[in-house]
Amino acid sequence: MSIDKDIVKHISKLARISLDDKKTDGLVKDLSSIILFIEKLNKLNTDNVVPLTSIINASLKSRADEVKNEKIRDQILKNSPEKNEEFFVVPKVIE
Amino acid sequence: MIDLTKISLCDLVKGIKKKDFTSEEVTKSFIDNEKKSKKLNSFITTNFDEAIIKSQTFDKKKNYSGLLAGVPLAVKDLFCTKNIKTTAGSKILNNFFPTYESTVTANLWSEGAFLLGKLNCDEFAMGSSNETSFFGNVINPYGDKLVPGGSSGGSAAALASNLTPATIGTDTGGSIRQPASFTGTVGLKPTYGRCSRWGIVAFASSLDQAGPMTQNVEDCALLLQAISSYDPKDSTSVNVKVDNYSENLTDNIKGLKIGIPKEYRVENMPDEIDILWKKGVEYLKDAGAIIKDITLPHTMYALPAYYIVAPAEASSNLARYDGVKYGHRAKGKNLIEMYENTRSEGFGDEVKRRILIGTYVLSSGYYDAYYIKAQKVRQLIKKDFDESFNEIDAVLTPSTPSSAFKVGDKKDDPISMYLNDVFTVPVNLAGLPAISVPAGLDKKNLPLGLQLIGKPFQEQTILNLSLAIQKRAGFKKSIKEWWK
Amino acid sequence: MVEIMDQKKFNYYIQGEKNKWEVIIGLEVHAQVLSKSKLFSSSSTKFGADPNTQVSLVDSAFPGMLPVINQYCVEQSIKTGLGLKAKINLHSVFDRKNYFYADLPQGYQISQYKNPIVGEGKIILDMPYGSKTVGIERLHLEQDAGKSIHDLDPENTYVDLNRSGVALMEIVSKPDLRSPDEVSAYVKKLRSIMRYLNTCDGNMQEGSLRADVNVSVRKVGSKEFGTRCEIKNVNSIKFMQMAIQYEAKRQIDLLEDNKTIDQETRLFDTKKNETRSMRSKEDAHDYRYFPDPDLLPLKIEKKLVDTIKKNLPELPDEKKERFIKEHNLSLYEATILVSEKEISHYYEEVVKNCDKKLAANWITGDLFAVLNKKNLSISKSPISATNLSSMIKMISTGKISGKIAKEVFEKMQSNNVDPHEIVEKEGLLQQSDPKALEKIVQEVISKNLDKVSEYKSGKIKLFGFFVGQVMKVSGGKANPQLVNNILKEKLK
Ligand SMILES: [Mg+2]
Ligand SMILES: [Zn+2]
Repeated sequence: MSIDKDIVKHISKLARISLDDKKTDGLVKDLSSIILFIEKLNKLNTDNVVPLTSIINASLKSRADEVKNEKIRDQILKNSPEKNEEFFVVPKVIE
Repeated sequence: MIDLTKISLCDLVKGIKKKDFTSEEVTKSFIDNEKKSKKLNSFITTNFDEAIIKSQTFDKKKNYSGLLAGVPLAVKDLFCTKNIKTTAGSKILNNFFPTYESTVTANLWSEGAFLLGKLNCDEFAMGSSNETSFFGNVINPYGDKLVPGGSSGGSAAALASNLTPATIGTDTGGSIRQPASFTGTVGLKPTYGRCSRWGIVAFASSLDQAGPMTQNVEDCALLLQAISSYDPKDSTSVNVKVDNYSENLTDNIKGLKIGIPKEYRVENMPDEIDILWKKGVEYLKDAGAIIKDITLPHTMYALPAYYIVAPAEASSNLARYDGVKYGHRAKGKNLIEMYENTRSEGFGDEVKRRILIGTYVLSSGYYDAYYIKAQKVRQLIKKDFDESFNEIDAVLTPSTPSSAFKVGDKKDDPISMYLNDVFTVPVNLAGLPAISVPAGLDKKNLPLGLQLIGKPFQEQTILNLSLAIQKRAGFKKSIKEWWK
Repeated sequence: MVEIMDQKKFNYYIQGEKNKWEVIIGLEVHAQVLSKSKLFSSSSTKFGADPNTQVSLVDSAFPGMLPVINQYCVEQSIKTGLGLKAKINLHSVFDRKNYFYADLPQGYQISQYKNPIVGEGKIILDMPYGSKTVGIERLHLEQDAGKSIHDLDPENTYVDLNRSGVALMEIVSKPDLRSPDEVSAYVKKLRSIMRYLNTCDGNMQEGSLRADVNVSVRKVGSKEFGTRCEIKNVNSIKFMQMAIQYEAKRQIDLLEDNKTIDQETRLFDTKKNETRSMRSKEDAHDYRYFPDPDLLPLKIEKKLVDTIKKNLPELPDEKKERFIKEHNLSLYEATILVSEKEISHYYEEVVKNCDKKLAANWITGDLFAVLNKKNLSISKSPISATNLSSMIKMISTGKISGKIAKEVFEKMQSNNVDPHEIVEKEGLLQQSDPKALEKIVQEVISKNLDKVSEYKSGKIKLFGFFVGQVMKVSGGKANPQLVNNILKEKLK
């Protein structure tokens, strides 16, 4: 698969990163060479291989259903670039 | 008077405990040294005032317990530190003050150490030369124009130039071992699950692991012991008892079987790397190890698989940097524009490249061809190691295919940059422990490291082997402090 | 367009201008797991707290925060799976569903995609035209999102993360539903099962139960499915039904106009009673699912499933069977009495001490009438199960007559006391003393000697007259059976 401008525009939209034309062109070049590089894998037949889901061969550990209600709204909101006393504030969402 | 910044971590702890010198004296020495070393650009944030207070409080204590009693330590700026700015080398986190402390750094502090500062690194740990940091590139103390390696480049440079007695980094594809190799220091990536990832800014969750970076193997054993722990807050942390690495450290490695994988003899590798590797074999033989040729047939596929898995995970891990909860926010007419502008302004070029590659390989229609394919390859790479480890105890390879290169040399060619990690990446894909130990110099008088790869949770074995090499290689740091 | 419906025999079709259409519906129900804390963090799940007060560093996706799964939520979903007679998958995987939204702090939702915790199961619906089995495709565990509030500020949206990370079970049905009525029955039955199990409170007002409704239409007789639209996040049964009706008609109009239907997600506008395309969300609609590398695969011990199975409460279908078989109830009565956990609980409390058939009668008849009138749920019943039980027992033991019972029941409504007290205070006890009754009978006979001779000469219909007179004199308290016997004897 080669990467073209439309693909870069599509994936940058998915990734929520705006790009100007110059950046897009540069990325077409960079991403193409990276994709070419990773496609070396196609030389390898992996038909009967089970993909790895975790390197750790154990079951997921769980916790008990206990509330540790930290009541830390101040801490949670502290770093936010825009907030009021109760909420995170973001530009209007258009539905 | 002796220069306290040149003493090893183990000796500092001993000296402080014996009251040969005070924690405050030690701390002030490192601070003075850092102030004269701004050219290296290894610190993003200093915590000097608080460190002095901590050292004074420490000196007043009745008994000095803890593995790291009274020692100031600077750490990679990927570890969240309570109320201390944590940036991950990125503009998007410039101004982020965590209200919590990572488990690994909390472990350091509970052993008596305290924070000296936060060290520069590649943005979100994505890079092999520390040139992607928003806070500028770091200079290798071995030479004005040289990169220190990456992504824990600030850590390696600060350590090599005696701005911190030891440090911790993170390693996703070689980010501890490669800069250690470039700066003549020791760096160990523990087994995946040995150290908690809680509170570390994530790059690629299935590969990331924190680890010690030190001046020598003894220090490495001590620091590894301090940071290792089982953490119920990290579902991928493994509940295996932490060995007393320091006490068990020995260069008696008689009878250990060491594998030499033929696949690590790559094209265009400088002779001096090959020569160093052979020397390593001789050192280990001399110490009584048995050398075996082995094969790890899927090695050549590790790097391409890594450049699918790591960006895929990163593209998702970095979705939380959206300008809502913390960090940089750009203006935008509506929510979507705000996101797009924030992430465009906040992330640097390499991070954008990787997010986009990761988004691409996960996107509909490409997932099986890339992501699933890579996870299958990962299975094969793991199997290669599993099978070899039936016959051997550890693997010996070079750490990197070259010594430190010049700033700017590979910046615009992602692939040649990625090739730096060709020897380190398979280890992360297989979740194994590995260490880089300085073993010699190349023709340019730049340090080169050897890598020892161990079985899961056999950090002790590779530490012992490293000690045997360290004793025989007689590597001596040869840094002229040109920046002062 | 006309909806055609026949209650006795199933058929729900929509007659378009040209064709008769069948509606195909599948539901993705999001049921909030009843648990104290969230799926991957220890924050409280309690409803109604101040904004952002039940939010941890994990829920708000701070750098370096990691998920740790809540064991109880896992068990709750296994329990629900067993209640749906479904296959429990001993190996399941958590995936990330990636998309950007203000109330999704991680930029992804942790969900289960390829390997859910629960596989295929079924739900049996009791429809007027018989029982109908609806297939369950799967049940998986996932995180809820936070809440975006658009109406507090003209320029900005406010974000509350209290719900962020709360555990949801997404229960996906097969496309087996064929009418708004079946959808209603399905949601009610599913909710009832989960409430019996105590795995979801089913409170739709508080958002504990919402559904995405998938609707398509096809010509009657056709075997292929049409293109479906998904109506997102509908939070009441009535709205689901309205949305289906609107959407089916919209699709039929398009198809009869020879237009095609775009597969898309739509939103039901409850004010305008119409569905609307959600295009703005569509343009970035590629969720890039992949296994969450912060979590390991979830392996469940067979032993755990067996233990949960062993401790499963009796569910409505089984209870109904038992009521019919052991309590001699009619299908109708049994169906009503098991329809809600609280009703069956009430009924079972009542029958601990009295006649079962009579209890079923009183509950489904008089009690329900009262509850309906006062718009109360059975758990708020003005008459306690114990008191109703005592009253019914008084009927069976002949202490009061059925007629007096109505009077007592009436009084219990306003004053929930032991019926014995009412009977005593008001002197309503049935007269079952033969001597006393004989006296009354004698009195009635003496006063109506003319009627006696008429009766004796063959006008036996007058027997009722004598019974009525005796009851009247006794103030309705005479035991009717005894009265009958005595009268028969005296009038011989
Ligand atoms: Mg849905
Ligand atoms: Zn869902």
